[in-house]
Amino acid sequence: MSAPKAYMNPYFAGFLLGIVLLTTIYITGRGLGASGGVKAVVQYGVEQVAPEHYNNTPYYANYKENNPGSPLQNWLFYEILGVLVGAFFSGVLGNRIALKLEKGPGVQNKTRLIFAVLGGALFGFGSQLGRGCTSGSALSGMGVMSFGGIMTMFAIFGGAYLFAWFFRKLWINKVN
Amino acid sequence: MAPLVPDMISPEFDFVIAFIMGIGFGYVLEQAGFSSTRKLVGLFYGYDFTVLKVFFTAGVTAMIGVLFFGHIGLLNLEMIYINPMFVWSAVIGGLIMGAGFIMGGFCPGTSLCALAVGRIDALFFIIGSVGGILLFTEFYPAFEELYKAWNIGAPKINDVLGMSEEAFGLLLTLVAIGAFVGTSWIQDKVKGETTVITASLKRNYTIAAVAPVLIILLIWITPSKEERLLSTVESRFENNDFEGIRTMNIDKLAFELMYHAHLYNVIDVTETDSLPESIPTSMHIKLSELRKPQFLNIIKQQYKTNVFVSSNKATAEKAAILAEEIGDKNPVIFTETVSNFRTLIFSVEAPPKGANKAMIDQYRFYMNANIHLKKMEERLKNLMEPPKKEVRKAKGGCA
Repeated sequence: MSAPKAYMNPYFAGFLLGIVLLTTIYITGRGLGASGGVKAVVQYGVEQVAPEHYNNTPYYANYKENNPGSPLQNWLFYEILGVLVGAFFSGVLGNRIALKLEKGPGVQNKTRLIFAVLGGALFGFGSQLGRGCTSGSALSGMGVMSFGGIMTMFAIFGGAYLFAWFFRKLWINKVN
Repeated sequence: MAPLVPDMISPEFDFVIAFIMGIGFGYVLEQAGFSSTRKLVGLFYGYDFTVLKVFFTAGVTAMIGVLFFGHIGLLNLEMIYINPMFVWSAVIGGLIMGAGFIMGGFCPGTSLCALAVGRIDALFFIIGSVGGILLFTEFYPAFEELYKAWNIGAPKINDVLGMSEEAFGLLLTLVAIGAFVGTSWIQDKVKGETTVITASLKRNYTIAAVAPVLIILLIWITPSKEERLLSTVESRFENNDFEGIRTMNIDKLAFELMYHAHLYNVIDVTETDSLPESIPTSMHIKLSELRKPQFLNIIKQQYKTNVFVSSNKATAEKAAILAEEIGDKNPVIFTETVSNFRTLIFSVEAPPKGANKAMIDQYRFYMNANIHLKKMEERLKNLMEPPKKEVRKAKGGCA
């Protein structure tokens, strides 16, 4: 297998991403997202596993009201399916498809996976509390000049910088 | 006028759009290197600022595009989704997400990309996020208070900062360019190397930096399509330019309503929120709202003639000019005020003794109109309002 190709120039990639976002806003009036798509899957799971619980809990009932039919009848669910397909295409073109685990230098696999789950859980929870993640809130919010979206963006990146020092051993070798 | 959903593209087809846009989204994220967790986290340790460059460029590009399409009247900015702001949940949720970012090395979108190219750690991140989301939805009552606290609506940042959209756009673009230069310098320092930028790349970067600034300046100094439309209306009104517009007086309007009401759309354009009474059969659309997209099909329809009436003649005249400008082929100005119409028709005075035939004929006509139109008004009472066309603002957000 040949070596992975270089990534796209970041500014050009950013420009293309901006065009995708702009097209989405132009056509649908809404931005992109990610956590909402995962949420749709979670709602679907709850509905399938515990239908009675799903129907009797106000939060799910409210969600159902906004997404009549199946929880998967959701814009962001179809969008994240597209994300998987698009990223796979790109990975194939860039020779980057490989079953592997990426981590900081000297970090054990087990540690990496434990922190991946923990980080995912925090991000998942935070995205619900903050009404959107880096895609739906921060990126799309910037595109439409939403104050809320931009503040969430500052909180996300600010938070990551704030906690970066504590988790430096996960990612960098030397401690400066 | 965009957004195209739901009026031009059905909500069902919207899911197909979602899938296609998702492909573009995933493709670009992966191409940019966002499937690599070390590249993402590099932002927070200073060794790789790709995330900032991609993210900021994308935001600025989309923002300028939105401003541009709004400026040339192709995109209705009032209809697009603006994320609501609940101060506490945005800040606390954001900080929690930041912690998740640094611990997990992904955000939800990038974890999906990494999964697509086979990263096992991304799979674990996604499993974690499923758990995190489930935790929130299962125990929602416990978080509800925080979730709903301090809602300040859905303000736009330029309004919060008290500047125009163009000014903020320019500011953000300049901040972005400054950040790109600054972070490239930091990255070189952290890695202890010098990135060589070739002459051709330098030229491209200069163009890429100057172009958005120029576009925003153009948007800023040229009048938008809407501003041009309004100034055309004003100047035509000032110059008494009523080309292509007919007029109608009280007798004519009363006659037409009595016998051919089905041919006319009487639109009362008075600038008021509560209209006590108007011309029978009329609907009320304020002059300032006449160009809203939901009224466009009334203005442009060809089967009825639009008659613009108002409690003040100038308003009716401006409305007719505006309607003509946006595509009404045959607008009509009612040359009298609504109250004059009602006084004349609904409080008919008997002619004096010894009146001539013409005066008696006129009296009869008014009496006839009085009976006819009063009946009509009774019957149509509930139709005074314009047809309720539901304006659905785009839904959005991620939660």
